Amino acid sequence: MQVTRSSPASRAAAVIGLLIVIGLVAAPWWAGRADLRLMGEIFLYVSLATLWNLLAGYAGLVSVGQQAYVGFGGYAFFALTMLAGIPILLALPLAAVAGALVAIPVATLIFRLRGAYFAIGTWVVAEVFRLIAAQTPALGGGSGASLSADIVKTLADSRDLREAIAFWLALGVMILTVGAAFLILRSRRGLALTAIRDNELAARSLGIDIWRTKFFVYVVTAGMTSLVGGLIFLQKLRISPDAAFSANDWTAFVIFIVVIGGIGTLEGPILGTLIFFALRETMAELGTIYLIALGVVAIAVMLKAPTGLWGLIRARTGAELFPLSRRVTGLAPMSRK
Amino acid sequence: MAEVLRLEGVSKSYGAVIVADAQSWSLEAGEALGVIGPNGAGKTSMFNLVTGTVVPNAGRIWFDGQDVTGWPAARRCRAGIARSFQVPQPFGGMTVFENALVAATQGAGENGAQAEATCLDVLERTGLLPKANVLAKGLTLLERKRLELARALCARPKVLLLDEIAGGLTEAECHALVASIQDVRKTGVSIVWIEHVVHALLAVVDRLIVIDFGRKIAEGEPHAIMESREVKEIYLGIEADA
Repeated sequence: MQVTRSSPASRAAAVIGLLIVIGLVAAPWWAGRADLRLMGEIFLYVSLATLWNLLAGYAGLVSVGQQAYVGFGGYAFFALTMLAGIPILLALPLAAVAGALVAIPVATLIFRLRGAYFAIGTWVVAEVFRLIAAQTPALGGGSGASLSADIVKTLADSRDLREAIAFWLALGVMILTVGAAFLILRSRRGLALTAIRDNELAARSLGIDIWRTKFFVYVVTAGMTSLVGGLIFLQKLRISPDAAFSANDWTAFVIFIVVIGGIGTLEGPILGTLIFFALRETMAELGTIYLIALGVVAIAVMLKAPTGLWGLIRARTGAELFPLSRRVTGLAPMSRK
Repeated sequence: MAEVLRLEGVSKSYGAVIVADAQSWSLEAGEALGVIGPNGAGKTSMFNLVTGTVVPNAGRIWFDGQDVTGWPAARRCRAGIARSFQVPQPFGGMTVFENALVAATQGAGENGAQAEATCLDVLERTGLLPKANVLAKGLTLLERKRLELARALCARPKVLLLDEIAGGLTEAECHALVASIQDVRKTGVSIVWIEHVVHALLAVVDRLIVIDFGRKIAEGEPHAIMESREVKEIYLGIEADA
């Protein structure tokens, strides 16, 4: 008997995934500026959704305040480049580290809250962050700040190259985020996390330190969400408290994506992001009706397919693109050692 | 013999409802202790107190010479206390093998190939090997109960707490279960077993305690206890609603 993790579907997915990534790396040569921007945005939403899924779908930490870290990352990135003069490519990882450090005291505080109270607590934290940003004159206070052209040009002289670099950074962050989530879930800690997802009582009765596991996930996702935040505002070149700490943009849409895609799976957030952008690109001109439509889709999925679209696909086909589950092979009927 | 587990005056109440009333008892290394009592007597609550999922209002719990009263459940499991739940608590979205692997890696602290070997061995002994790749939510109730036992064993406990794992089994299955619990005992594991299926219990345990309204009301040699007047009174009640 042997224990294996890959399957024909996951091996095929790995090959196809690699080909897609190669195609995407070459995108600046075959895609227009608008398409690059749209794809960059998609990559960043895949990252945010993957991170929120790790929090809510696995660790059971239903945060509605992840905009705290998107905004914090954006502001940290602006502060590091504008005020401290740190190069852009160094400021991004530093913003991630700063986000993780800030998450440590925040976690010790809000982990005292449970369920709905925890969710509200995360929102309050995000509001506090927004108010602090609005009260910081060095970063433009309530009206925000723009990244100066001098700083932007340090990335590259030509506009096309800058757009390409921003695109590659977004692609890289998506690969980093999904890859990190995959490696965490494959590890021993990931096994504990999946157990927590399914049954907290059994998990702690079998030796899993739930607080520590959740703390780890919260701090890691906060750091990576800050990295994504830094990148979002590098692309926008302008930051303001309302945009940086927008609950709609950085949490509500992300929750929508994870719920329709399939919470508690790695594939779900990716599928959900593609559906979200397909809806947005086809219905954006409808204005507010588009938001109503999103709500209807979310309610329909929650009622008809609570495990999301990927959950439906998985239940039908047993497919798994990311080889996480372990299968015992060689289970002959007469298997005796 | 060395003492592996001791409760000293452990009490727990929820408002006016007392689930443990100054309970004191101990378990010797290698011993098998049976626990009987009517439904709602506080047997499962006692397990919750021993495993640490519930914190007592008073009293102390000693395990392996250490005061573990303030220890969280996870630490107690890693130290060597594992339980099966009366109402199975599987990790529904994980396979049977992965359920076992959680116990082996987190509870017993094993890694890689060693943990996998432990799981395959335990699944074979508990008859779950053919179901190794099935998601736990797809198991029947009996299989879920077996998974409870398998998972507890994968945590490599010094003290194994079994909560009504024989209920609902056929006669043949019950014999197989008794045999496998006796095998577990031979490996040196101490056992506390809550069970309504008395003949299965008596085939394994050295000693019996009786609990009613959260209090230990009798303790001693199993057959003598079963013949005692208090137990007969209680047991008529149990048989009526079992």
